[in-house]
Amino acid sequence: MIELTKVSFGYQRGRPLYEGLDLTLSEGSIYGLLGPNGAGKSTLLRLMSGLLYPKAGAIRVGNYVPGDRHPAFLEDTFLVPEEFYMPPVRIRQFVDSNAPFYPRFDRSQMKHYVQEFGLTDDQKLNELSYGQKKKVLIGFGLATNTAVLLMDEPTNGLDIPSKSQFRRLVAGAVDERRIVVISTHQIRDLEALIDPVVILAERSRSRMTVALKASVEEITAKLWFGMVSELDSSRPILYSERAVGGYAIVAENQSGEPSRLDLERLFNTVQAEPQRISQLFSSTSTYAAV
Amino acid sequence: MDFRDKQAIYLQIAEYVSEQVLLGRWPVGEKIPSVRDLAAELEVNPNTVMRTYDFLSQQGVIANKRGIGYFSAEDALDKIRTFRREQFLQNDLPQFFKNLTLLGINLREIETRYDAYVNTTTNAQ
Repeated sequence: MIELTKVSFGYQRGRPLYEGLDLTLSEGSIYGLLGPNGAGKSTLLRLMSGLLYPKAGAIRVGNYVPGDRHPAFLEDTFLVPEEFYMPPVRIRQFVDSNAPFYPRFDRSQMKHYVQEFGLTDDQKLNELSYGQKKKVLIGFGLATNTAVLLMDEPTNGLDIPSKSQFRRLVAGAVDERRIVVISTHQIRDLEALIDPVVILAERSRSRMTVALKASVEEITAKLWFGMVSELDSSRPILYSERAVGGYAIVAENQSGEPSRLDLERLFNTVQAEPQRISQLFSSTSTYAAV
Repeated sequence: MDFRDKQAIYLQIAEYVSEQVLLGRWPVGEKIPSVRDLAAELEVNPNTVMRTYDFLSQQGVIANKRGIGYFSAEDALDKIRTFRREQFLQNDLPQFFKNLTLLGINLREIETRYDAYVNTTTNAQ
């Protein structure tokens, strides 16, 4: 369990990014962390991994406070950052020198990932492209089998077939004891992989907040995604955009009609109407209250 | 797997599973892929496949044997036809009717065409 309670953080004095942020993530899920540029997605991942300290509030990951950097916490957490440095050594050497830090590291799994991504053990990291290096790091992260796996924009820089491999590998590597958090802008790449969805949005005066945290099932129970030929008032519409032959809309789902979640439109809806979304998802009661 | 736009992904996976059983690729009464294996194969979240398996269990198409995994039911074929019929009547037919009224096609014409269709397919078999 990852628990952030009333967390405040900012890089500059007097300019907080977060204030009183609450977020709880539980095992057995692949969370998608979405938010506009500068919303602090990477910051949130760094706070969870103990690379940054909250200014106020508390963060707990299992029995540990990430900022304490307790060895038992560090060996059970892995972060794949967006920007990273890889030493000029062969993949095999990289694995040999880093795997011992992770007690549950599985070498055969790593071997399989390297193969799957079309690489070989004896390739030198400094001779690989950005995308290839990233694949090594992603494979390594998956093979650590840590309870917490955080990935910052993992599909950035991956070519088209690798994105599909990435989805397959991650879908196969999550289990009941693992929490995977993926921050991304590449919604189309990961639409079917992430569930629940966490969306950050601006609350007031450039302070970010978790505007939505819900499973796909909860989202489609409360919101309806679809096409209509005209914008009539028969549905309470939260968001609409012009599309071929009409409008693509996101509306409150009052009749329990099933639809397929469209992450891009959900994202736009949350950014446009953070208050209404919070209201809609916080009330477990009927829609009459809204 | 390419997912269509309109329908929830877990239902599209339910269709995929049903098709594997109907086509005999996954023999009736035998073990079907685990949640995790199918999720990896289809590149989707394991929770989504879990939801599909829950849904198909409710429909009686598959059953969970504790500790072993999911099996397709002995009468899976009947069960699949039952729930797919229900889905067709509820979801597809209203759309079809809407098009009929929109385009001014009367039922008699549909009947003639339907009979012709049945004839050609039975002759072909």
